[in-house]
Amino acid sequence: MNIHEYQAKQLLKEYGIAVPEGSVASTPNDARKIATKLGTGKCVIKAQVHSGGRGKAGGIKVAATATKAAEIAKQIIGMTLITNQTGPAGKIVRKVLVEKTTDIARELYIAVVLDRTAQKFAIITSPMGGMDIEAVAASNPELIFTTHVALGQELWPFQIQKLLTGCKLDAEQIKVGTGILQNLLRLAQEKEATLVEINPLAVTRKGALRALDAKINFDDSALYRQPAIAVLEDPEQTDELELEAQKNGLNYVRLNGNVGTMVNGAGLAMATMDVIKMAGAEPANFLDVGGGADEEQIAKGFEIILSDKNVNAILFNVFGGILRCDILAAGVVAAAKKIKRKVPMIIRLEGTNVEEGRTILAKSGLNFEMAGSMKEAAEMVAKITVVAKNC
Amino acid sequence: MSILVDKNTRVVVQGITGREGMFHTEKMIEYGTNVVAGVTPGKGGQSALTLPVFNNTFDAVKQTGAEVSIIFVPARFAADAACEASEAGVRLVVVVAEHIPVMDMLRVKAFLRDRGTFMIGPNCPGIITAEECKMGIMPGYIHKKGPVGIISRSGTLTYEAVHQLTSVGIGQSTCIGIGGDPIGGMNFVDLLKLFAEDDKTGAVCLIGEIGGDAEEQAAQYIKAHFKKPVFGFIAGLTAPPGKRMGHAGAIISGSKGRASSKIDAMELAGITVIRNLGDFGAIVAKTLH
Repeated sequence: MNIHEYQAKQLLKEYGIAVPEGSVASTPNDARKIATKLGTGKCVIKAQVHSGGRGKAGGIKVAATATKAAEIAKQIIGMTLITNQTGPAGKIVRKVLVEKTTDIARELYIAVVLDRTAQKFAIITSPMGGMDIEAVAASNPELIFTTHVALGQELWPFQIQKLLTGCKLDAEQIKVGTGILQNLLRLAQEKEATLVEINPLAVTRKGALRALDAKINFDDSALYRQPAIAVLEDPEQTDELELEAQKNGLNYVRLNGNVGTMVNGAGLAMATMDVIKMAGAEPANFLDVGGGADEEQIAKGFEIILSDKNVNAILFNVFGGILRCDILAAGVVAAAKKIKRKVPMIIRLEGTNVEEGRTILAKSGLNFEMAGSMKEAAEMVAKITVVAKNC
Repeated sequence: MSILVDKNTRVVVQGITGREGMFHTEKMIEYGTNVVAGVTPGKGGQSALTLPVFNNTFDAVKQTGAEVSIIFVPARFAADAACEASEAGVRLVVVVAEHIPVMDMLRVKAFLRDRGTFMIGPNCPGIITAEECKMGIMPGYIHKKGPVGIISRSGTLTYEAVHQLTSVGIGQSTCIGIGGDPIGGMNFVDLLKLFAEDDKTGAVCLIGEIGGDAEEQAAQYIKAHFKKPVFGFIAGLTAPPGKRMGHAGAIISGSKGRASSKIDAMELAGITVIRNLGDFGAIVAKTLH
């Protein structure tokens, strides 16, 4: 689960890491009040959406006065921000963060991330923070400093030295920087975060260290025991259909094609999309119904696929393991009878209780075609949708 | 003709009286698996599917000589169950559950490593030695005894691959679904080492997917050490780039994780890469015959 910048900064503050003074506003009037209270005149207004690239998309602006802050907030709140990460639909802005501007001398990068290869936390720093950090990592790897710490462990002094020496900090800054590293690692472990990233960590002209932007990602599977984190979720940041799927325990991602897919297992779902594309058609979605889906979830998934108006055929590819074919079949039959919209269905069933599943389908009176193999299924669906496109 | 498990392997099922536990234990027994005991806290002394049920894995191991465990308990309790089985002395635990918190898995890994216990999973279908021992949720009927070992990150993808192999007359030795979670037990390389020693396994299929660098590591190992023919498949060739948060992932892994990086690494290692899953069985058959 991701959270907003203002929420991430609140957490950093709780962990003793300095962030610019400021507060979150939902209305231009609130923005004016916050700006007035900040007092310095100049402040920065930042759109709160779960996406990088906000500045380039026009979601971050500087205001010279409190009145100007209200004006900018009025422009930004309610706008649909389209960044390179949001997709063409963009994300609507409901809140802005109003902050004191920072006199930046230099920008550092600092992050704690769960490294699946090392199966430990990786702690990363660089003196070259800012938007181009990935390019720096590729072209100048000597400017990226990384060390690893196992769960439940702390950084040794030599590791801290390795991480901070390259950032060219003075003695006082190293003291503060040490605290930041230790606290970030503590935050990741205590709150079960898989990523805590401060980029940039500004060195101000007066020599202070300030976290100007932060991204935190939490382990979804642990949210049940992290109630203070779970409440930070903003459901509006997720696509409506994706959210609906999530609520029903389904993993759905909307895409741009016209072949709806329902598959069990993420790997097979991806491979099914690959095969559909190779057959010349375009998948409309990724839908993994998971292992333990019941009849109701299958029916819900079917409904979600069909609420995407682009869909003009559906391919079911189910290889029953823990999910039994009879349950899939019963769910499809129940949903198809309820939903008025009819599109051609290609069904490929194999695995646990496959005969029971085929019998349920055969007796249902539904209009569908059975495919004997995955390849055949993809070719059948491509034939339908490509013909439909040409009509 | 197998690795890790065979027809003599004595299996205990943790969570045997649950809905999934009961259903799949029945299928495992039907397949011929030597299930000797079940465990459900509070139900010790009862029986399930004619098997004795114990309150904990210690009692089950002591009284039945169980040597490997498969865990069907829900995600919140699965990590604890895995550590209990390890402490009780089983040599292998199979963890089927998905959605186990990552930090729990890190603790489990450290715990099991200290005690020398192997783990398969979590979030996986399990392990099957064809016509001998099924420890997992995979459909048994698609498997047929033969010379090909399979290691896969995805459950249903494995079924698909196995089904195609069997359909073209190629049997399997042992198939292992290692699971798709970021923190898991045995990986491609751990299992390749076992397949290298197994003189009845003549070839191996690696079934991977985008994300992480397990396939790249496997390819490196194969290039340097593995002499048997290897086939590879990567799911997600056409997947749209994911919505990434932050840069740290990209900084530590670079371009690894993409389908193209994995396929390049595999081809460099001399692995026969199959691009369209629909062709899997046919290509393996053509190459091996």
